Amino acid sequence: MSEPKIEGYKFKPGYSGMAADTASDQTMFKGVHWGKAMMWIFLLSDTFIFSCFLISYMKGRASTPVEWPNPSEVFALNAFGVPVPLLLIAIMTFVLITSSGTMALAVKYGYERNRKMCGWLILATALGGLTFVGMQAFEWSKLIHEGVRPWENPFGAPQFGSFFFMITGFHGTHVSIGVIFLFIYAYKTFAGHYDEGKRGWFTSMKGDYVEIEILGLYWHFVDLVWVFIFAFFYLW
Amino acid sequence: MSEAKKEQTTTHKIGIYLWIWGLLFVLSFFSYMVDWYQFQGLLRWSLILIFMFLKAGLIMAFFMHLFWERYALVNVLLWPMTAIACFVGLMVAEGKYTLFSRIFYFFVGGQ
Repeated sequence: MSEPKIEGYKFKPGYSGMAADTASDQTMFKGVHWGKAMMWIFLLSDTFIFSCFLISYMKGRASTPVEWPNPSEVFALNAFGVPVPLLLIAIMTFVLITSSGTMALAVKYGYERNRKMCGWLILATALGGLTFVGMQAFEWSKLIHEGVRPWENPFGAPQFGSFFFMITGFHGTHVSIGVIFLFIYAYKTFAGHYDEGKRGWFTSMKGDYVEIEILGLYWHFVDLVWVFIFAFFYLW
Repeated sequence: MSEAKKEQTTTHKIGIYLWIWGLLFVLSFFSYMVDWYQFQGLLRWSLILIFMFLKAGLIMAFFMHLFWERYALVNVLLWPMTAIACFVGLMVAEGKYTLFSRIFYFFVGGQ
């Protein structure tokens, strides 16, 4: 976010800057808070986990001679007596993007030290996430009611259920954890912990609005993963 | 952080976030339309992938601020994705082979 300044070090732009930063016998990610760098590295490892899930889904779907259930029909929802394809999934997608937008604005207002605005936007993000998890629970119970199990389902290839529960379940867990942290951070923001530099509960680190950006990175990642799940699992 | 350093933290104009937000809505709407109009075959797959990568790129570049980060961080994060791309390529080939052998031995039998 900020233009980094380090005394006695001249920043170069672009790839020559990358080479200089990496070879400078100092910290490599200059101007990046260590918590932010660690969050990025965690997200990178999480990317690999989700990639493994999606790749195994691709391989499972590609290697079965049995017809794959048509997600457009499986996830259709009756609206006013008419089956609308993927209705719930589309709403879930829009809810998650909305919450991602409020999170981005919360980060911006946090850095501008606008405590109230930042807090309300984090709260809005948390409520969006909660709505998403609620709709996912509804979707799960609907499919379980229709007889979808990890080992069988009435629509087609039996692998469908195991991939569905594994992938959306793991993503839903991420959303749930994110919602818990969003509520905690909303409280901490309203209480002014980031304005006063109050130390955290599990860390001696002084509170700063950079923590909102770190939380934001996690939340945007959850949205990012949903973009891929939406494309590959629901649309493909 | 000292007071002087705090004031240096620059933020971006709200317009850019609202633009990206709007674009994400539009792109999601388009990808939903791919299913609504039941495009099939290569058209469907390419449209899904285009909208997916556009959305992912916008989120990473602007919401996650990668567009403004230094290359040392950006490259550390993006190059490992090539390993995933290789993995995808390997598993596409493997999936085709598994399907082939399943169908082949179904007709030819074991031994």
